Amino acid sequence: MEKPNLSYIESMSGGDKAFEKKLINIIKTEFPLEKEEFYNNYKSENFKLTAENVHKLKHKISILGLEKSYEIAIAFENNLLEGDTLLYLEFEAILINMTNYLKQL
Amino acid sequence: MNCIIIDDEATARVIIGQLCSNVKELTILEEFPNAIQAIKYLNQNEIDLIFLDIHMPDFTGFDFIETLKNPPKIILTTSDSNFAIQAFEYDCIIDYLVKPISPERFLKAIQKAKDKSNVPSISSDSSEKIGTRSGNDLYVNIDRRLIKIDIPSIYLIEAKGDYINVKTEEKNYTVHSTLKKIEDKLPENLFLKVHRSYIINIKKIVDIEDNSVLIKRDVIPVSRSNRPELMKRLNLL
Repeated sequence: MEKPNLSYIESMSGGDKAFEKKLINIIKTEFPLEKEEFYNNYKSENFKLTAENVHKLKHKISILGLEKSYEIAIAFENNLLEGDTLLYLEFEAILINMTNYLKQL
Repeated sequence: MNCIIIDDEATARVIIGQLCSNVKELTILEEFPNAIQAIKYLNQNEIDLIFLDIHMPDFTGFDFIETLKNPPKIILTTSDSNFAIQAFEYDCIIDYLVKPISPERFLKAIQKAKDKSNVPSISSDSSEKIGTRSGNDLYVNIDRRLIKIDIPSIYLIEAKGDYINVKTEEKNYTVHSTLKKIEDKLPENLFLKVHRSYIINIKKIVDIEDNSVLIKRDVIPVSRSNRPELMKRLNLL
């Protein structure tokens, strides 16, 4: 699986380490909440809301430089709107990958 | 330019805030996690530019725009490129940024906002002035609002002292300006000055008789010096 990275955050910061730290902390705070909402909605089989959660998570996937995962997220979001959950396991693997990466930052 | 950011995602707000901090002309006045709070703020504050997320729970970015009487310039920020066509149905939307927003693309959007700011600013008095032209549109400044007039719908413009009266299919506008100024803003193939006090839309002529022309219900004098040009423009049998 592709490895998350800080390329985008660094391109944004222009070397401003304080900003990088601030942004990473916000992602670390926001990501678990979004993830929890995603799981809850998925369990309730409310796939429209689940698609909205995926939509929001997509931004963080792209911020962490996960290009292929981003494509999977787009497909999963669209599929969910049709009630199709086939990509769930692939998407869950992305969330786990991000969780592990954020833990080590 | 005074700006606000509306986005339900804190991460996005921080990123846009950082991008704005690199542009000295931009001042972020407030950030909002939802559109409802922003509407309350806009009722009491004037701002120049909004960074607006489309995808927000309960109240989308487009719902928000619909609530604004005189929306300022808006740059949409979204993770979804599917709304681009819908976005450009709104005159106030000047750009559409897909997240993650790169610094280069952001600067391009700001440049567009700056270019749009070159539209003559709305004056504080209540006089009416000729604004600017964009394609088929002419903007006139009336009571601190830039009113859009569809140029082909104009059939007659008459000078009235320091003012001009712009007559269109729908309504008439009295504008503090001169015939010369508006003449410069109109397409030459459609409009002709037939008299020192009148410009007509030649497509709207009903008939011509000696030294006058009938436009809708208005009989307009044609000066001797302008008559040859008028005749030249007509598709005469």
